[in-house]
Amino acid sequence: MSGRSVEVLGIFAHLDAFTRAIRSVRTSGYRDITAFSPVPRHEVEEALQAGRSPVRFFTLGGGLLGCITGFVLTITTSLHYPLITGGKPIVSIPPFLVIVFELTILFGALGTILGMLLNIQLPRLRLEPGYDPCFSIDRFGLLLRCAQEHAEAVEKILRSAGAEEVRREEDFPD
Amino acid sequence: MTRLTYGQINRDLLTTMRPPGRLYYTILALDLAVLAWGIYAWSYQIRTGMGVSGKTHPVGWAMYIATFVFWIGIAHSGTLISAILYLFRVRWRNAIYRTAEAMTVFALMTAGLFPIIHLGRPWLFYWILPYPQRGHLWINFRSPLVWDVFAVATYLTVSALFFFTGLVPDLAVVRDQATGWRRKVYGFLAQGWEGTDRQWRHYGSAYLFLAALATPLVISVHSIVSWDFAVSVVPGWHSTIFGPYFVAGAIHSGLAMVLTILIPLRKIYRLETYLTRDHLENLAKLIILTGLIMAYSYGTEFFIAWYSGNIFERATFIYRAVGDYALAFWIMVVANTIAPLLFIARAIRTSIAWLFGISIVINIGMWAERFVIIVASLAHEYIPFSWGLFQGPTWVELSILAGTAAWFFLWFLLFAKFLPVVSLTEVKELVAPPLKERTIP
Repeated sequence: MSGRSVEVLGIFAHLDAFTRAIRSVRTSGYRDITAFSPVPRHEVEEALQAGRSPVRFFTLGGGLLGCITGFVLTITTSLHYPLITGGKPIVSIPPFLVIVFELTILFGALGTILGMLLNIQLPRLRLEPGYDPCFSIDRFGLLLRCAQEHAEAVEKILRSAGAEEVRREEDFPD
Repeated sequence: MTRLTYGQINRDLLTTMRPPGRLYYTILALDLAVLAWGIYAWSYQIRTGMGVSGKTHPVGWAMYIATFVFWIGIAHSGTLISAILYLFRVRWRNAIYRTAEAMTVFALMTAGLFPIIHLGRPWLFYWILPYPQRGHLWINFRSPLVWDVFAVATYLTVSALFFFTGLVPDLAVVRDQATGWRRKVYGFLAQGWEGTDRQWRHYGSAYLFLAALATPLVISVHSIVSWDFAVSVVPGWHSTIFGPYFVAGAIHSGLAMVLTILIPLRKIYRLETYLTRDHLENLAKLIILTGLIMAYSYGTEFFIAWYSGNIFERATFIYRAVGDYALAFWIMVVANTIAPLLFIARAIRTSIAWLFGISIVINIGMWAERFVIIVASLAHEYIPFSWGLFQGPTWVELSILAGTAAWFFLWFLLFAKFLPVVSLTEVKELVAPPLKERTIP
């Protein structure tokens, strides 16, 4: 791609037309695609051939960190002030496992949320310029970045796939 | 419901957020009045001392701790519906899970008040948290009360995160429909959600993992609450059955509470298309199952008391059935094990009036169960010299209970007006997507 690039948005009323459009633009070699949909649909994911989300590694990391924190917190604080209660050992692993378990879950959940937010780059106060409120009702949107000279070809692909409306960057509402 | 369109779903479900009428404000005012009275009663208790709540030797735990266990239990079925049924891909959960999950969060916010109310010096509640004190003394991690703090705090945090995560796409819908300051507030809460493929992909993954974490968590929480009792040596408490027995009881009471809440909600908001009789019927079927588990647990408790040959255990259970608290005991047995069996009749489990009535009966029965376990055991421990009766309920105790119930319903009233009570996104997932042709390429 040379020169200035431009964003083109196609709005679709039907899921089948929408997935067809995604496949067409992908076969034409465009990769910088954002698909808006009111609900998560596997058909869209398949058309985009998206990989697996890395959020699971954040869950694992959080869980492991919580597990270690649980052991360290219970064992070191008990050793720090060794007071025998109930005739039990200072480091009593079985009751400590309760704390370890709860912290594993807690940190795992916090890690999951953190992983999700980092991956989807939220929270954000401004919406993307191409976003249209109809995407949260019943419309599907395909936002595409391409070289300015290709814009017409892309618009044609979107229209022939069945787009209800096609917009260029300069037509996006503020 | 499958014939609905996405746009129709938005229109129907957002009507619940229209400006409320006079009835709503009347209920809200009543609720706030009860809450204010409860706060006054608590302040009286703090100024005067715990004696005004009727607690003395030997019954030092009574209605506060019974109600604590009750509300924690109520919370459980919300997670069952939102997380466990999600993992099992149960489709009917989608329409009711939002309300159930809200119930979980609010019930935990209510339950969490009770251990603090039960303290003689409630302003020192933070002593149970792990932090470096001046004397280098740390909390005792071998104490079940400390486990409880970790379990309930984790449960509240994870449930609140799960609830809020589920809300985000719906908040974006509300943002897009709103104008003025509402648009700003919901826009802030929706955090810039746009429903892009990238967002849905990571969101779906996070949601799945939160559900997977919440599932073992919910089972651990009520097991840990049960260990508050089971790791002591009080007859009637010191039992290995307590973990599963409490978890089953929690879900039993929680499902009943979901019915108690859903039935008026669907009526007031005219959501019969979304919250159908099938939903209520499915909940009733689950209640038959949990009711049978309760019956089995009650039977096992008595069997073990007899079979163990332990005279104290046996005396405690005979005392439960025929002693000073026999009335509460038989309410518990009839309401929790016999009343749910009525749902076996199809005519009863499809009748809204019966569903509502029996759900209230089970709520009462499950509260009675916690009262019986706590009070009847403490009143009648080992040597007759130390036996004694609960000196309540006093007006202070009853006022505080009413106040905390008002606290729970206050949150629910606000939820019902400010957030979508049925998940827009998850209901949309149930209906057929708009297609031009019959097949999707």
